[in-house]
Amino acid sequence: MSAVVLLTLTGLGLAALYFLVASGLSLVFGLADVLNFAHGLFLGVGAYATWWAAANLPGAGSDGFGFVVAVAFGVLAGALVAVLVELVLIRPLYTRTIEQVLVTVGLSLAGVALLQATWGADARPFPRPSWTRDVTGVLGANVPNAGLLLIVAAAVVLGGLLAFLRWTRYGLVIRAGVENREMVTALGIDVRKAFTLVFALGGAAAALAGALGGVYFGTVSPGQGGSLLIFAFIVVVIGGMGSVVGSAYAAVAVGLLQQFVNYYGTSGLGDLCVVGLLAVVLLLRPQGLAGKVATA
Amino acid sequence: MSVEPVLAVEDLSVRIAGLHILQGVSFTVAPTGVTVLLGRNGVGKTTTLRAIVGLTPRNGEVRGTIRMGAQTLLARPTHRLVRGGLGYVPEDRCVFAGLTVAENLRLAERRGTTPAYDKVFALFPELDRRGRQRAGSLSGGQQQMLAIGRVLLNDNRLLLVDEPTKGLAPKVVTEVAEVLERVAESVPVLLVEQNLAVVRRLARDAVVLSAGKVAWTGNAQELLLETALTKSLLGVGSGEVHA
Repeated sequence: MSAVVLLTLTGLGLAALYFLVASGLSLVFGLADVLNFAHGLFLGVGAYATWWAAANLPGAGSDGFGFVVAVAFGVLAGALVAVLVELVLIRPLYTRTIEQVLVTVGLSLAGVALLQATWGADARPFPRPSWTRDVTGVLGANVPNAGLLLIVAAAVVLGGLLAFLRWTRYGLVIRAGVENREMVTALGIDVRKAFTLVFALGGAAAALAGALGGVYFGTVSPGQGGSLLIFAFIVVVIGGMGSVVGSAYAAVAVGLLQQFVNYYGTSGLGDLCVVGLLAVVLLLRPQGLAGKVATA
Repeated sequence: MSVEPVLAVEDLSVRIAGLHILQGVSFTVAPTGVTVLLGRNGVGKTTTLRAIVGLTPRNGEVRGTIRMGAQTLLARPTHRLVRGGLGYVPEDRCVFAGLTVAENLRLAERRGTTPAYDKVFALFPELDRRGRQRAGSLSGGQQQMLAIGRVLLNDNRLLLVDEPTKGLAPKVVTEVAEVLERVAESVPVLLVEQNLAVVRRLARDAVVLSAGKVAWTGNAQELLLETALTKSLLGVGSGEVHA
């Protein structure tokens, strides 16, 4: 029983990490039709900015409120880089899909190389509050607090995103734009501002995943974003390209499947099963679980 | 004394994916009443409206001149054209199915102006009653009312309306025609319409397209009286279609 609880909660922790990366990726694709392979860079920026801020930024640190300040700095850095990428590199290429893919793939490779050149290729220990190294007893299972932190953070981000999409003017524009971008412009709305906003939101969520992923894994390394991005793409496709709630469901399915199969089967089989799940969804429901509706 | 047109299209050519859809189309839209754009299927009526409002597909190429008053429209982004008073009701309604009726209307509100909900709800009381209903669950006629209502929330200098009666039941066709008749009392309309009974009821001027070119322009009522001409231009006699 305790093994099932532990696997469920660690699976949900992994799902939370996937969701934080995938939610922004999904909104960017749903609204702007951009397959952003540079999304993992925002995660890397968030992780390294948090790591740097904890040691160097006045008021920031590795514990207590100082850690909150460090994470906030990382999230801000991720959002800022995402906005710059959108404004400088993506915006001139909105009508050119192949060039978009080339630029974002190139940027992701260049970003990893830049992080390596600046801070080295080796994983570095991540500053994290002492309580995140402890475990909490849940129904007889000792669950790592870092995993619980990820679950809570993802739930807050999901709630915040849904509230934003449902109750704000820009949220309305994004939901409409995911359905029919052209018609949004035909109502007199400059949809490019919404593009920038979803990049900022996606960048912030990915950067938060970077910071909390550092807490979860205990280290930060330049390639972390790329490996998580692969599963995030799978989550986006399974969930429905453009759907935040679909991403949440798909992240939970992928996280739990990976954990349980890797534990009860052989290590690595979980990843294979995830690819199998992707194939099944593509065959039976190519539009994904939720289809192309932002809040469905 | 000649009346200045609200819209002047000069030598408009549109190529999409290698197809030369419009080949030097020129016409004007009068500042009052309904000007109807007619023609058989595939002659370029919708392409003309979409070129005017800046919605030619990415792989398309547009040449020529389009003026609304002193403004040149080509090369201006769609959202600016619409904010400048060019209202567009697309073919197939294009309401946002996942949003409620109220959200569809709220989306159409323009910053700095007071949305005319009273006017819209007076024309379409149904929209007021169904505010919380998802637009995707409305009937075709109700969706058309929503598509027109969205545009009427704001002041417009010209309305482009693409096949508003397509696929609707006869009773709803009559309702939509009535609304457009009232709307045209205050704002000029460039209408694409296949239903000649609706054309007969609404249109003062007509522009007929054939194979990407203007084949005929003039008084719409006179055109509809010429059965042979109507049949040769549109493939249907004016007496064959009833409301």
